[in-house]
Amino acid sequence: MTTSIPSIAAAYDEAPVTLLRRRRLLLLGGLLALAFALPPLLGSDYWLNAILIPFLVLSLAGLGLNLLTGYTGQTSVGAAGFMAVGAFATYGLLLRVPGLPLPLALLGGGLIAAAVGWLFGIPSARIKGFYLMVTTLAAQFFLEWVFAKFPWFYNHASSGTISAPRLELFGYNLATPAGRYLLALSCVVLLTWVAHNLVRSQIGRNWMAIRDMDTAAAVIGIPVERYKRQAFAVSSFYLGIAGALWAFAYLGTASAGSFDINRSFQILFIIIIGGMGSIAGNFLGAAFISLLPIFLNHAGQWLSGGHVDTGQLQNLQKVIFGALIIWFLVKEPEGLIRLLRNLAERLRRWPLRF
Amino acid sequence: MRKTLIATLCALGLQAGLPAQSWAAADQQFIPLPTYRVGPYASSGIPWWAGTLDYLRYVNEVEGGVNGVKLVWQECETEWSVDRTVECYERHKNGLDGAPVAFFITHSTPASYALMERGHADRIPLLDPAGGRTESTDGSVFPYAFPLLLTYYGQASVGINYIAQREGGFDKLKGKKIATVYHDSPYGRETQAAIELLAKKYGFENIQIPVAHPGNEQSAQWRQVRQEKPDWVFLRTWGVSTPVAIKTAARFGYPVERIIGDVWAGSEADVLPAGAAAKGYQALAPFPGGADFEIHKRLKEHILDQGKSDLKDPSFFGKVYYNIGLVNAAIMVETLRAGQARFGNRALNGEEGRWALEHLKVDEARLKEIGFDGLLQPLELSCADHEGGGAARVQQWDGEKWVLVTDWIQADRETLRPLIDAKSTAYAAEKGITPRDCRAEG
Repeated sequence: MTTSIPSIAAAYDEAPVTLLRRRRLLLLGGLLALAFALPPLLGSDYWLNAILIPFLVLSLAGLGLNLLTGYTGQTSVGAAGFMAVGAFATYGLLLRVPGLPLPLALLGGGLIAAAVGWLFGIPSARIKGFYLMVTTLAAQFFLEWVFAKFPWFYNHASSGTISAPRLELFGYNLATPAGRYLLALSCVVLLTWVAHNLVRSQIGRNWMAIRDMDTAAAVIGIPVERYKRQAFAVSSFYLGIAGALWAFAYLGTASAGSFDINRSFQILFIIIIGGMGSIAGNFLGAAFISLLPIFLNHAGQWLSGGHVDTGQLQNLQKVIFGALIIWFLVKEPEGLIRLLRNLAERLRRWPLRF
Repeated sequence: MRKTLIATLCALGLQAGLPAQSWAAADQQFIPLPTYRVGPYASSGIPWWAGTLDYLRYVNEVEGGVNGVKLVWQECETEWSVDRTVECYERHKNGLDGAPVAFFITHSTPASYALMERGHADRIPLLDPAGGRTESTDGSVFPYAFPLLLTYYGQASVGINYIAQREGGFDKLKGKKIATVYHDSPYGRETQAAIELLAKKYGFENIQIPVAHPGNEQSAQWRQVRQEKPDWVFLRTWGVSTPVAIKTAARFGYPVERIIGDVWAGSEADVLPAGAAAKGYQALAPFPGGADFEIHKRLKEHILDQGKSDLKDPSFFGKVYYNIGLVNAAIMVETLRAGQARFGNRALNGEEGRWALEHLKVDEARLKEIGFDGLLQPLELSCADHEGGGAARVQQWDGEKWVLVTDWIQADRETLRPLIDAKSTAYAAEKGITPRDCRAEG
């Protein structure tokens, strides 16, 4: 009789978990199906061109930085520099290797960015924290300078600007808004899936061990330096692909100036506000950082009806945006994703107190 | 606190519940305005849009619109960032409440690049006066891009031509040294090919000296200038690097009268921080400063004195950036007029806007009529020529205000054209575009 009690208890413990998992999977599948079916449902391409594509690309960039900063604990302010590497490398590959299909060019751009990231990750073996951040700042300025200084990178074009070569895949033209959206969405879904599995594998566990305490990680036998460099490379791979998508799927053009320090800060803010060490947090953070100003702009114009002085209105929007950031971070320093989880917990127990 | 917040939210919600307001009607002409009233360039943006709005209001309220067609506009804040400008373009490209868009002024060279293909696909002409992609002058390859007034190559050429004028002829340029001190960015490097070609043609020595962004420290650059002893310096800086350059030049004993600033180094904001060192500094001005033009008298009477001006600080009236806004607005209005002459007095769409721009002709008589004589150069655009003007005046800072020292100086456009054609042909090949036949265009 004694043996049956634990088995019942175990089954009882597992039951809600499996149900929850299945529900979440269904939800995710539905969301994905909706995302892929979206283009024909939307009447105008404003949503695709101006809202969804930049949101997806910034989420991907946030994901890349989050692998390095949120999961491995190496703060970087050079994210945009690695995005620039990806954009310029993809452009160079498409231009100089005739007949190279787009996915391979993107992959190549990502790999070149990963190599550069690995290189700039070498100092992480010796220095930590703020000092390492300064080396990534150097990477940012150095990479920006390289892509402005040497005309070979932008094929001697005027104004140092690269523009998207023909985007096509198996003869299908991707230059339409729907095509560019689907390209970005496919990349983001694929890479998010890879990242999700990566952080749950041994690699991810080692990264998190290093983040939590690198001395302890070294003591239990994790080769800390190697995993730090690896995190730099993987993060740069993601950022490189995000950079290429930013240049080609979103703007259609890029120059070194599109990947300046402000872009790096933007991506850093995405992960801080969205939630460090969380995959879904990147999407929330990107939505907050990139979509909220646009929403405020729309709302401001709509509510004021053009009667309020526009200069004041713009400044007011900045104030609201800043206040919201402070409010969210005071409420929940672990980011929007934590806020959302708490809310979900609370709803589940409603009307009882959490 | 919480109560106030809830009350505010309720009030907002109530307002949101009201039926959507509409600002425009289908018989009005919609003009989208991507602005930058906040952000790092707000100090130039605020007077800029004051000028534009004042003139548009003047046209609407005093002249009753363009041939009776009222103008309606909506601002969209970009903070001068490319992605926000793209969002504004996408938001406004289909018009407002049925009022169509005839053109979109990008107000930023990077944004002009980013929007180029979208404008082509959506058939909306993109205007970027005194900026934009230089080779889009060739309208056969770039039907929807208009780098109006004066391209970067033109700016270089006007600078050299003015130097030749001061030296007493092009033959006197031989053996002279002309140094270009430039902001080390795509903008700064843009003129290099043009100056190199002109150096070959006229036999002057071409010295290029870069200044790294942002240019707060320029001792090394001006030490080099002192060593090389150039006869003239062409200053192609922008932002903080301009006043620093002027001050550092004075410290190294280089005469400020021999420095010619470029278009974007020639506003009050560029010389005031340099103080006394800037007295005598000259700059190219496709949009000259000054409040004594005829249009300023009209605006003062009908807009400023009526309290309808967008200008918060009236001392900016007639400053360079305010006048840029006026010139931009005048180009918009004259384009609409040109289109209406062909399509009838109604609101125009993008395709009609392109036709209007390619047939835009603003001559001296017309400039006198609209009060822009001396402020805006005569313009004549065509399918093959999307620049249309190619001239600038030279203004000199007397310590308090800009004084115009020359009439319009024309760029040597025939010499530069092969450079432009080569680049546009390369672009067409890269993108697989078959150029239009401009002779077939009516």
